Amino acid sequence: MDVISLRNISISFDGEPVLKSISLNIRDKEFITLLGPSGCGKTTTLRIIGGFTKPDRGDVFFDGQRINGLPPYKRHVNTVFQRYALFPHLNVFENIAFGLRITKTPEKVVRQKVGEMLSLVNLSGFEKRQSGALSGGQQQRVAIARALINKPRVLLLDEPLGALDLKLRKEMQGELKNIQKRSGITFIYVTHDQEEALTMSDTVVVMNAGEILQVGTPEDIYNEPRNAFVADFIGESNIIPGVMPADFAVDFCGGRFECVDKGFEKDEPVDIVLRPEDLTLIEAGNARIHGVVRSVTFKGVHYEIIIEGMGCMWTVHSTDYAAVGTEAGLEFEPFDIHIMHKS
Amino acid sequence: MNKARSAAFPYILWSVLFTVLPLLLVAYFAFTNGSGTFTLDNFANLGEYTAVFVRSLLLALISTLLCFMIGYPLAYILSRESARRQQIMIMLVMLPMWMNFLLRTYAWLTILENNGLINRLLEFLGFAPLHMINTQGAVVLGMVYNYLPYMILPIYTVLIKLDYRLIEAAHDLGANPAKTFFRVVVPLSMPGVSSGITMVFMPAVSTFIISKMLGGGSSLMVGDLIEMQFLGNAYDPNLGAAISLVMMVIILISMLLMGFFDSEDKAVIM
Ligand SMILES: Nc1ncnc2c1ncn2[C@@H]1O[C@H](COP(=O)(O)OP(=O)(O)OP(=O)(O)O)[C@@H](O)[C@H]1O
Ligand SMILES: [Mg+2]
Repeated sequence: MDVISLRNISISFDGEPVLKSISLNIRDKEFITLLGPSGCGKTTTLRIIGGFTKPDRGDVFFDGQRINGLPPYKRHVNTVFQRYALFPHLNVFENIAFGLRITKTPEKVVRQKVGEMLSLVNLSGFEKRQSGALSGGQQQRVAIARALINKPRVLLLDEPLGALDLKLRKEMQGELKNIQKRSGITFIYVTHDQEEALTMSDTVVVMNAGEILQVGTPEDIYNEPRNAFVADFIGESNIIPGVMPADFAVDFCGGRFECVDKGFEKDEPVDIVLRPEDLTLIEAGNARIHGVVRSVTFKGVHYEIIIEGMGCMWTVHSTDYAAVGTEAGLEFEPFDIHIMHKS
Repeated sequence: MNKARSAAFPYILWSVLFTVLPLLLVAYFAFTNGSGTFTLDNFANLGEYTAVFVRSLLLALISTLLCFMIGYPLAYILSRESARRQQIMIMLVMLPMWMNFLLRTYAWLTILENNGLINRLLEFLGFAPLHMINTQGAVVLGMVYNYLPYMILPIYTVLIKLDYRLIEAAHDLGANPAKTFFRVVVPLSMPGVSSGITMVFMPAVSTFIISKMLGGGSSLMVGDLIEMQFLGNAYDPNLGAAISLVMMVIILISMLLMGFFDSEDKAVIM
């Protein structure tokens, strides 16, 4: 059951197309993430769902009903804004209670519900604080509580963790995922952090320049990127041009390699993706791909080693060390080779 | 520290010369008689002018209230217009301020007079003439007309700086435009409202030309009273200084009350 459907949504600002006929179905109760580089139209997509921006063309459906003309205050959708937008004249309690005050909820119920929300976002005891006197992470959590208290069908979150440090960010990611599961609210989450998208989402939507490039589960997107852009954006990748001479075979770097892909046209030019962590360092002597180590960077768990050879720069993630300037070889399995149509 | 002090020197000189010294002079005159000996008579005699004080306060309050009731919606509408329109409309608000104050008020005299513009029009249409000039209503009209821009401008300035994302956030949480206005826009524009009220009330309570021209002798205000002591035939600078001093205290108290209600207001909305 789709709670929200976007159909052929287009919009331009000052003659610049920002969304180019995008269509997207969002299932009820799922955690879906819009992922893409800055300026690709993520916020604009959220604003169209929230009702703040009218698309030039296309339709928005909510539970199968067309809601193009419905103002934001009549939509069962709440938003955690990119910059929180807390009310500066209200304290934490009243910021969170805002939605309930609008519906003239009895004071007793307001107290109880705001109390629940405060403990949900770990801010009990902060009721009387003015919103200006909170840290970024605390404002963040007030914004989430304020948007959740109305029990919306859909919650829109626009890079909600953008301002937080890494540790708090990780904590809040888990926190949000829990809230989503427990509340059964559909989350539409925006981020340009691929790791965040992969760890939290049921569905990832990769966008670029106003277009949706791929929709799928995190595993799908990571393992079967549809084109070189997705592959590159989703994780560091080695992207090499090649040709498919036949099913289960691919030519690149002057050699023919066995692979698991089929269904391409004969001699179709393709992009080959090899993940850095799928490459294994071996002796240069008996390797089909080999080159000279150009740099080694310690990354905590592994080394990031850049090897130049066979006309390419290869990025390798390995727990083995290789000294700069030495010869090294690379090895990989047929299923490590991901083949994509040229886009 | 020393540097900061010397940087403040011109300001200190300025305020001593133009604020503290005149104040001391006013106080000196207020507490002495014509021959320069200390006395409280000037204040003891103020009782007979109570009616004038009350009238001044009342008319100023009414004018301020009217200015607010007209000025706030105008400022709000203004702030919603496109940038170009705003420029033109702000020009229109300020335009009367470029004309001489006396001239503006005099213009109203010719409009409101017994055989002025309005009454001639009424006569022409076959209605009975209205008595408008030399009433308290005319004084209030004159004050509202003259001081309205001082209400509109500070409110407008606050409103255009209001973060539009807060309005969107209110809509997002289910507040329709009316609820958004009363729960977000109004509370956030309070600073503009309080400076607007200050800027209208202060000149209104001590005005003298308007009441003289449009109110005739019937609605004498404190400003007129003071003027008469210095320039009029009731010449008595010592009494004038005493009235001025009392006037200042009254304004001070009103401003303090204002500030009190202002913070009270916020607490209630919270
Ligand atoms: N109101 C507007 N007027 C003009 N241009 C706009 C407007 N809103 C968005 N744009 C433009 O549309 C494009 C997409 O903007 P959008 O905010 O949707 O990007 P985004 O994907 O959310 O980026 P980020 O990750 O930086 O937040 C940008 O080029 C932006 O400049
Ligand atoms: Mg954005």
